[in-house]
Amino acid sequence: MHKRLVLYLFILSLAFFTNVNGAESEGMPQLNPEFWVSQIFWLILTFGSLFIILSKFVLPKISNNLEMRKSQILENIETAEKQKIESENKIKEYETLINNSKNEARNYFNEARKKIIQDIDQKREKIEKDINQEIQNAEKEIIELKKSSPEKINKIATETSIHLIKQLIGEEINNSSISAIVEDLSRKNKEKNYDN
Amino acid sequence: MATNPMHQFNVYRIGPEIKIDQIDISFTNASLFMVISSLVILIVFNLGSLKKRIVPGKMQLLAELSYSFISKMISDTAGSKGKPYFSFIFSLFMFVLFCNMLGMLPYAFTVTSHIIVTFVLAAFIFIGVTVIGFIKHGLGYLKLFVPSGVPIVLLPLIVIIEIISYLSRPISLSVRLFANMMAGHTMMKVFGGFVISLGLVGGWLPLSFSVALTGLEILVAFLQAYVFAILTCIYLNDALNLHH
Repeated sequence: MHKRLVLYLFILSLAFFTNVNGAESEGMPQLNPEFWVSQIFWLILTFGSLFIILSKFVLPKISNNLEMRKSQILENIETAEKQKIESENKIKEYETLINNSKNEARNYFNEARKKIIQDIDQKREKIEKDINQEIQNAEKEIIELKKSSPEKINKIATETSIHLIKQLIGEEINNSSISAIVEDLSRKNKEKNYDN
Repeated sequence: MATNPMHQFNVYRIGPEIKIDQIDISFTNASLFMVISSLVILIVFNLGSLKKRIVPGKMQLLAELSYSFISKMISDTAGSKGKPYFSFIFSLFMFVLFCNMLGMLPYAFTVTSHIIVTFVLAAFIFIGVTVIGFIKHGLGYLKLFVPSGVPIVLLPLIVIIEIISYLSRPISLSVRLFANMMAGHTMMKVFGGFVISLGLVGGWLPLSFSVALTGLEILVAFLQAYVFAILTCIYLNDALNLHH
């Protein structure tokens, strides 16, 4: 192969430069075939070993690294999505909890208010009842007093008039006649009052 | 010495002359830079693959970005069938790239500026691709030279053109890289020579040009390695997915 290449390049170089020997000393050192074989040999050696080492040892490591990173990133994205869903669920849970507790609190509040209102109503009713009772009692008493008061007044009036008459005249007068007069007077007064 | 811009391409023996059956395989400066390139690649990518961190460090990032760059290049041009050839294309790209880049260092030798080196690489690719094509498709691989939808009258001409273009692949591939490298380095040397010869008074213009040219050459060094690799992928695609 090499010999053919060399021949081919000779022809090529002849096309560019008519004098190959001249090129050797003055022109292009590239066309000097002195070290061609050496260059080919060392090229094959270095490039071959470079290729073997790169393909066997170095490149697999790099591709492994890249694959690892890819898979890890995918994993991370997956876990992130999972966690996102989880957190969304948690937020929903939290919101329902808050809503429930709000409702509960409202219920408690309403119940408490109802209770208090009931309590207040009951107490008020009781108090009103008591007050009514007392008022009734007081009215009864007043009525009784009213009923009894004219008799007493009459009595007192009779007694006082007896005493007065006794002191003024010095004579005892019949009890019954004076009380009759007093009763008559009081009845007249009463009538006057009622007339008014 | 400094005046001859082609001097930098001279190959000379380092150490003793090594001969096997009258064939000279002595260790030369070209061999030295091939070894250095390979070692640098191995060191860089070994360092990049040592630590297995989720958040990569600088070296790991470099290695992994290069890996995915080449991987994407292959899958874009040759599809999923090109995967088994990843290691080869990765090594090829890195070897050419590092040879080009190390050639940019002052006093360094540019391995890829020698036609024989690029031609051997290109010839290996050409032969390899052809063998793969025949293994995958048998004699059906010859359909590559018969594009569909061509009138019968034109067919002989087209087939001949296709065959010539196929056979010229290794030449175009190797000459492209070699010529770019050689021309760029020669230009830099020429402008460097101008800086010296024009001196303090007029040397500033070629100096600034030389600086710009260095940037351009670094770009070319990367671009040519990329082109070399991607053309290999395209040739490989022709052999793997025959759909002409």
